Formats: sequence, structure tokens, C-alpha cells
Amino acid sequence: MSAIHGIPQSIRRIPFLRTRPANETIVGYAFSAPAFLLMLIFLFLPTIAVVVMAFTDWQFGAASFHFVGFSNFLALLGDRSFLKALSNTALYVCLTVPATVGLGLLLALLIEADKSLRAFYQAAHFLPFMATLTAMAVVWEALLHPTVGLVNQVFNDLGLPVANWLRNEQTVLPTLALIGVWQNIGFAMILFAAGLKAIPVDLYDAADIDGVDTTLDRLRTVVLPMLGPTMMFVVILVALRAFEIFDIVKILTNGGPNGASDVLMSTLYRQSFEYMRAGYGAAITVIFLVIATTLTLMQARIFDGRVHY
Amino acid sequence: MTSLAIEQPVRVISTIVPANVSASRVVVDQISKGFGSVQVLRNVSLEIEKGEFLTLLGPSGCGKSTLLRIIAGLEQQDIGHITIGSRRVDDIRPKGRDVAMVFQSYALYPHMTAAANMALPLRMRRLSKAQRLPLIGRLLPETTKIEAEIANEVSQVAAAIGIDHLLDRKPAHLSGGQRQRVAVGRAMVRHPSVFLMDEPLSSLDAKLRVQMRSEIKDLHRRVGATFVYVTHDQAEAMTMSDRVAVMKDGEILQVASPVEIYAAPANIGVAEFVGSPKINLLPGLAVDRRHININAATIAVNVDMPRGCKATIGIRPEAFQIAPRAEAGALTGITRTVEHMGADLYAHLDVDGLTNPIVVRLFPEAVPNLAPGQRLHLTAQPERILVFDESGVRISSAGIASMRSVR
Repeated sequence: MSAIHGIPQSIRRIPFLRTRPANETIVGYAFSAPAFLLMLIFLFLPTIAVVVMAFTDWQFGAASFHFVGFSNFLALLGDRSFLKALSNTALYVCLTVPATVGLGLLLALLIEADKSLRAFYQAAHFLPFMATLTAMAVVWEALLHPTVGLVNQVFNDLGLPVANWLRNEQTVLPTLALIGVWQNIGFAMILFAAGLKAIPVDLYDAADIDGVDTTLDRLRTVVLPMLGPTMMFVVILVALRAFEIFDIVKILTNGGPNGASDVLMSTLYRQSFEYMRAGYGAAITVIFLVIATTLTLMQARIFDGRVHY
Repeated sequence: MTSLAIEQPVRVISTIVPANVSASRVVVDQISKGFGSVQVLRNVSLEIEKGEFLTLLGPSGCGKSTLLRIIAGLEQQDIGHITIGSRRVDDIRPKGRDVAMVFQSYALYPHMTAAANMALPLRMRRLSKAQRLPLIGRLLPETTKIEAEIANEVSQVAAAIGIDHLLDRKPAHLSGGQRQRVAVGRAMVRHPSVFLMDEPLSSLDAKLRVQMRSEIKDLHRRVGATFVYVTHDQAEAMTMSDRVAVMKDGEILQVASPVEIYAAPANIGVAEFVGSPKINLLPGLAVDRRHININAATIAVNVDMPRGCKATIGIRPEAFQIAPRAEAGALTGITRTVEHMGADLYAHLDVDGLTNPIVVRLFPEAVPNLAPGQRLHLTAQPERILVFDESGVRISSAGIASMRSVR
């Protein structure tokens, strides 16, 4: 029935398509076939391949492999470096997401409040997101250099404690989180700016008449509720990006010192491409996929109650 | 979801709205306003009486909404003053002006229920900042009591306008007419002395618009507050208002009762904007004191004009009568199209010597079987002909009673 419904009246009138409902079903499938095929090749098959691989002992480049059941996953549970990477990633996400979302929103509100130079400010804050982090890493490396780095020099002059930020187990993860916030803040800001534009001006006027006339009240009564859908979108995107963190870690710390900045993706990379344990790497990928999917579903569920569409 | 499409039957407002309402006089004193290089309002003055229903009528872009927003305090005028009641409110924020506003888009908060929408103006006024905090506010003394009072008042107003069964719905689950009522309810809860309405009916369908027209009029009668109503729809203006202010290009052309606006427009602008189909405007030249030559004929009028003066005469479609033959002062034309409206019909005629066709309203029984191509002779009584001088100002005549002065 649904296949018939999907076909416009005009097509149903074409004689050779009209003969039997079965034909219409075929036509329906034929129309969706290209999209389905592409999704199969580029989305479903690779995912299935990775999941299958996770249950094997395949070595990258090896000619044969054996199915080993859940032993990859069991091994992961006992792998202290993996567990360390997992908790590091979780901590990194917890540090970056609230800061990125909060500051991104604040920036968007400030830029929107005074329209002059808006385009300039937006572009300026968006720049870190556009720039290759690989190149920007050089700048951060220089800034954070323990002796000649600008950060330590300024801290020193101000009488603040200095540290070898990227080589200290205590400071390395917060420092990386700071760089992550710096990079994604413009991204969050642009999305919030778009969300702010979509709020009807009449609502601000109505609020003004109703007596909502302080910034905080306006934020609570109009802006934040109206930004609900945008907020959900930004939080999910920023969280997923944080979970995927790899490049800056690989370049600046390579997981060090002593695994203090090891994250999910760097472990995955090391296992798969340095130790050639493709099956083990695939198991980590599966765990990452499960986390990412759960996160997305969970956030959608939590926000659904409070978000109006 | 099915309820979305179903409109509530007309409910006459039965409960008397609590009577602590006072109406205020609103004085607009020489207001000017420009946005960039565009001058939206030019030296506009207007006095709106206590409890009056005044409509600002004009085409889009005439500045009527801007004027309303300036009265509300949502827009700041460049020059001039606004007085509401006995207070000059130029420096007072909208909250403090004792006005409520209904917007064309309703401007309801989509994340709040109808009840919460209506309660908001009261909560913002009666609860302190701390009391309005979620959770913590509940713990403070008095909060519960005040909230209960507010809820009580909201349900009273809701009952008065027939939306008490919709209070826990969100705007997305209300139909256009129901949203409209919630918006009106939100304006009513505070018992403001001035209601400002910015095209509140133009997002509704035609049938509902007519119904809401009488409901708003009824509301005005019961609430007794001053209403300032903005619309571009002359039917709304004519049916609801005590007085109409016709605006064009940032100026008020005339302020008068609907009857006067129609029968005795101050100038060509008003005559043209009010009345549908449009008034027939025929440029001509005075040939003697009581006759104007409009090329096609010499028309007798009821005003004194010096010979040789340029003038434009205006004849409304219903002011024409059919003459049996081409007598003096009659216009003779060939019917171009005939529009049957049921009770009456509109005929468009090409008249020799006139550039534009004229529109005539006739009774079908007077001209049975009228068809395109048919020839008609038309006359109009001198007292029903409006005469405008060269600058477009209407020349008052003996036939029409004393004119109120207008700016």
C-alpha cells in the first residue's frame, strides 16, 4: 500500500506502469535503489566489516584470520592503557563540551547585541575552526613551551605558577581541553547565531510589554527556550567532535606523558596501525560507535521533553 | 490533533471582567520618526479619548504600525511626546506604560502553556526575582499564595473569553483563532488602561476574521479600556471603530467616524483608500459656479467654484442612477464587464472622453440582462458628488453638514 501511495497519480496513469500493483512496487524500489546502493556501499558495509573484524584476530595485512569470539572485548576490559584512554576521553569531553557551548552562546549573544562589525567578529571567531589544527599545533607548541613559551613568560611576570603544560600529567589534559574549546567555540557561536536569527522579533516585543525587560529575564523567558533545538544540535555535535579528538593529541603529546593524554582515537590508531592488531582496533572502534550512538540517542531523548518544535 | 481544525462555536462573553479597569486618554503630540533616510512618521498628532476604539487605517508602509509601537514604547520617537493618562511616558519602558499589546503573529511563547503565557505578565509584576526562580522560588514565603492568586485570575479571564478548556495546551496545539484568544487573554489579565492591537486578525481566515471582529468589539464594550487598533482592512476599521484615523505616507489624512470618513472624506487620499470598489475620480474644469466639465459631460455639483478652476470630482459606484436617455449632465458609456455579486452588480463602463473606465453599482432588477457592449446613460445627484480642488482637498458644500477640522 505504502509503495502505491508514494507514487503520484500522474505516474499511475502511465499505461505500462498501471497493469499490476506488483509493478508499482518494483518501480518504487527502483527509484530508491541508487540511494540504497550508495548507503550500502559507503555506510552499512564498512560498519558491518568493522564489527565482523572485531571478532577476529586479523593482523593488518595478514592473509588469513580466525574468529575469536569476544576475546578482543574481554582483553580490552583488562587493558589498563585502554581504560585509561577511555576515562581520559570522558574527562576531556566533560571539560570541553560545557565550556564550548556556554562560551559559544555568550559570544553569539554579544555579537548579536551590537550589529556593528558583526561579520568581522563572526569570521574572526570562526577562524580556529577553519584552520588546520595540525598547523595551529605549531603555534600552541610554541606558546606552551616551558621556557621560551609566551604563556609561561606571562604567568611568570604575573607571579602565577608555571608548568610544563604538555609534559605534566596533571596539566596535559586540561591544556588540551582548552585548545579544544578554543577550536570549537566559533563553530558553536555560528550555530547559535543562526538560531538567534530564527527567533521572531515579535517575541522580544511581547516580552518587553509583559515586563520581561532585564537581560537575564529575557534570556530565561525567550532566548534559551527558543534556542532549545539549536542547543541540542550544538551539544551533540560538539560532544561527538570531542569524542573523536585525535590530531592535536597525536601531534602535541602522542598520548604522553605516561598515557596521561591518551584518548580513544590515539589508542585505536596505535593498536591498528602501529601494532597492526586490526581485530583489536576494530573492537575499540565498535566501542566508540556504541558510545557515540548512545550519546546521540540519550541527548535526543533528554532534550525532547524540553524542546518544542 | 483533530481538535486543531475545529473552531469553538461563538461564545458570547458572559462573565463580567473584574471591574478594576480604568481607561486612559492617549495623546500623540507631534511625533516624527525616521529609520535611516526614510521618514516614517511626519509630525503626527492625535488625541484618543478615554475608552475610545480608535483605528489607524492605511496601506502597508504608511507608518501606522510604527505609531502603535511608539505608543507602546517598543520604538523610540525622534521628536514629539506621548502622554497616556496624565503621565508623559516618553522615557518609560513598555512595562510601565500600562498598555497591553496583541500582535499579528500572536507572539505567544511556544514553550509555555496557554495558562503560563497568560500568567507571565502578572508573574513578572507581582513576584520578585528570587520568587521567580525555579524550585528555590517555591520555598520563599508568599510565593505559593501569589502564584495561586495569579492562577485564579488567569482562569477567570480565560473563562470570560471562552478558553478555559485550553489552558494547559501549548500554542502548537491550538488553532489560529484559539491562539488569537490566548493572546487577547494575555493582554487582558493585567487590566491595562490601553489595549494596542497590531493587525490582530490578518492571520486568520476570512470567516473567522468576521467572527473575531465582533468578539473584539464586544471585548471593548465590556472592558471599557481605550483601544488603539491598527489595520489595513477597511472593513475592520469601518465596523469596529468609534473613530478612524486614515494614514498615508507617515501622515494622518483624516480622523473621523467611519460614516464621516466614507461620506465626507477630507481629501482624495481618504476617498480613494476607503470604499470598495474604489471611488471614480474624474478630473475636470469649472465652467461656471455650479458646473464642472469633465470632458465627457458637464456635471452639476453642489459647490461654488470660480470659473476656470481645475477640480476633480469623485462619484462612488453606488451614487450613479440610470437615466432613460442621454440628457444633459449624463455620462454615456459602453459596458465593458459585468460583475454579479448577488444582491447587486458592478458594471465597468468605457465613457467617451474619459481615460479610465468608471465603476457603477446597480441593482440587478434595474438592468436585467445587462451584457458587455450595452450602452448605459448615468447621472448622479449633485449632493452625492464629491469635489476636490487642485491640491486634492475636498471642497465642502452646502449639501454636506459642517466638516470637522482635520490635519
